[in-house]
Amino acid sequence: MPWPLSRRGVRRPLPRTPIGIWGAAVLGILKIAYKLLVNDRGKFIALLVGITFSVFLMIQMTSMFSGMMKKASATVTNTGAKVWILDRAVTNVAASIPMPDYVLDAARSMKGVKYAVPLYSGVGLAKLQDGTYQAVTVIGLDDTSLFGRPELIAGKIEDIYGENGFVVVKDEEYVKLHNPAMGSEFEINDHRGVIVGIAKVPASGLFGIPTLYTTYSRAVQTIPSMRFTVSYVLVEPVDAQSIPAIKAGIAKLGYEALTEAEFVDKITNWYMFRTGMGMNLLLMTAISFVVGLSISGQTFYSFTLENLDKFGALKAIGAKGHELVWMILFQAGLTSLAGYGLGIGLCAGLIALARLRLPDYASIITYRNLELALGMVLVIAAISSLVAVRRVLRIEPFEIFRG
Amino acid sequence: MPDVAIQAEGLTKWFGVGEARTVAVRGVTFEARCGEMVYVVGPSGSGKTTLLSMISGILRPNEGTVRLQGIDVWSLPENRIADLRLNTVGFVFQDYHLFPRLTTAENVAVPLVLQRHAWNAALAEAKRCLALVGLGNRVDLRPNKLSGGEQQRVAIARAIVSKPDILVLDEPTASLDGDTGRKIIEFVRKDILNDKRCILVVTHDERIFECADRIARMEDGCITGIAAGEAHA
Repeated sequence: MPWPLSRRGVRRPLPRTPIGIWGAAVLGILKIAYKLLVNDRGKFIALLVGITFSVFLMIQMTSMFSGMMKKASATVTNTGAKVWILDRAVTNVAASIPMPDYVLDAARSMKGVKYAVPLYSGVGLAKLQDGTYQAVTVIGLDDTSLFGRPELIAGKIEDIYGENGFVVVKDEEYVKLHNPAMGSEFEINDHRGVIVGIAKVPASGLFGIPTLYTTYSRAVQTIPSMRFTVSYVLVEPVDAQSIPAIKAGIAKLGYEALTEAEFVDKITNWYMFRTGMGMNLLLMTAISFVVGLSISGQTFYSFTLENLDKFGALKAIGAKGHELVWMILFQAGLTSLAGYGLGIGLCAGLIALARLRLPDYASIITYRNLELALGMVLVIAAISSLVAVRRVLRIEPFEIFRG
Repeated sequence: MPDVAIQAEGLTKWFGVGEARTVAVRGVTFEARCGEMVYVVGPSGSGKTTLLSMISGILRPNEGTVRLQGIDVWSLPENRIADLRLNTVGFVFQDYHLFPRLTTAENVAVPLVLQRHAWNAALAEAKRCLALVGLGNRVDLRPNKLSGGEQQRVAIARAIVSKPDILVLDEPTASLDGDTGRKIIEFVRKDILNDKRCILVVTHDERIFECADRIARMEDGCITGIAAGEAHA
């Protein structure tokens, strides 16, 4: 039999991959690891289900929170002002505390302020044509500039100055006003209102009530008000460098000036830390993490135990410790990332399905949610593989001989 | 290449400490040359497997040295010993230890993959090797679809695919019926052994003694005698 014998070491001219020896070794070993993993369908599916379910729960919980926070900050983000002046005690945009007019005047006279306008935000009760009542958010825009006005999809913005003119936002809550068309009439506090425009906004509000825009002066006439009527002062700074000085000036008046992002953070933090929502979110996310960790950790460990003698055989044949570690990390990483993708898909599918039935379903998957879930999945993979790696590194190839 | 493939001197191995200390191998000196098929035989617990493990670079002896093709195995760092095992020694384990989730060809290709050969080339070589052991038509089957004898042949193919100079077979016929076991050993003797390769077989199966060049008998951790086998020319 022709059996080409050779000297010690790698002796035959078998081709190597073009990515180099190290790459070839890793790729080949990872291919073995891949086949060992996916060909054990029962365990692979169990691992995937565990991670997928865990990711689904984590993303679902955090996306619900993100969606609610987006809605909670809708007025802020829809208005688009760079700086908001508000009472220090305001915790969320819907619960404004009116400020005296001198705050507006002081802001207008500050250095670094390009312009400042008042904004009214309140809730009224609209009487519809069929006699039913519907709560509405009324936003009063500065009469002169209409700063913060929404994008119209029907009508002309100047018609808001017309008699009893209101612009209605066509969002998920629009139907609650019986889908008003241009010219539709309603009443607020015995004041007649006419729809002169239909608008769209990036986000609708948290509390499930429709939004009407009108001028500031009409808003304060229509909605019963306290002594002061300025809910917020919206400021356009000359440039970003002016903002700290504006903040300091407003602070001297006993009020607070926040950038849009800071205001959104303030609202989010209030819901997160002062309402119990944050604790619930944290608990559910932690439970999801533990569920994922326990299922995948246990399954992965039993998968490794089942293959322990095979890892020992590999070691006896000549595999090095770090090569076995690569195999385990690859298996854990692959399963985790596949489960992560499936979990995201499942969550996105469920949100899409829910929105078919509940158009204002408050759930939104953000990059931050995805990063958080990815981080937690990687922790699950790391812990699962750490236990397996310790076990595999400890096995003595001699045990394979002993049987 | 030195004529002596394996040279073991004063090999001693004990397990445990204090009163629990058990000496498995006591000062064994042993030599095997290229082209030889040497059997190590003896009753259970006589130290055969421990000796085999020390010789093949798997178990570090407490005392003594092992030279494989002139290289002092146990003076090397761990990674170099792993390399030496990979490139110089082929193993056939008693329970085969084939990967049930890989095809026979993939199982056989494993040492080549560890030697950093490209996957497809390793697979092609593995198929050639399987054809050599008479399993050319079984390359895509999983091990659980093969008979015991066929699995043994796959294990042998895996051991020889990287063309090692030393082949180590641990109880190669233990899981096989007499006829299959004899055929396997005759195949190894006829088709795998050559004048540059040394084959070391640990067994207590007397039915296959006819294929040995030399037979080393072990008892209580010592080699009590080395006799010429029936195949010795």
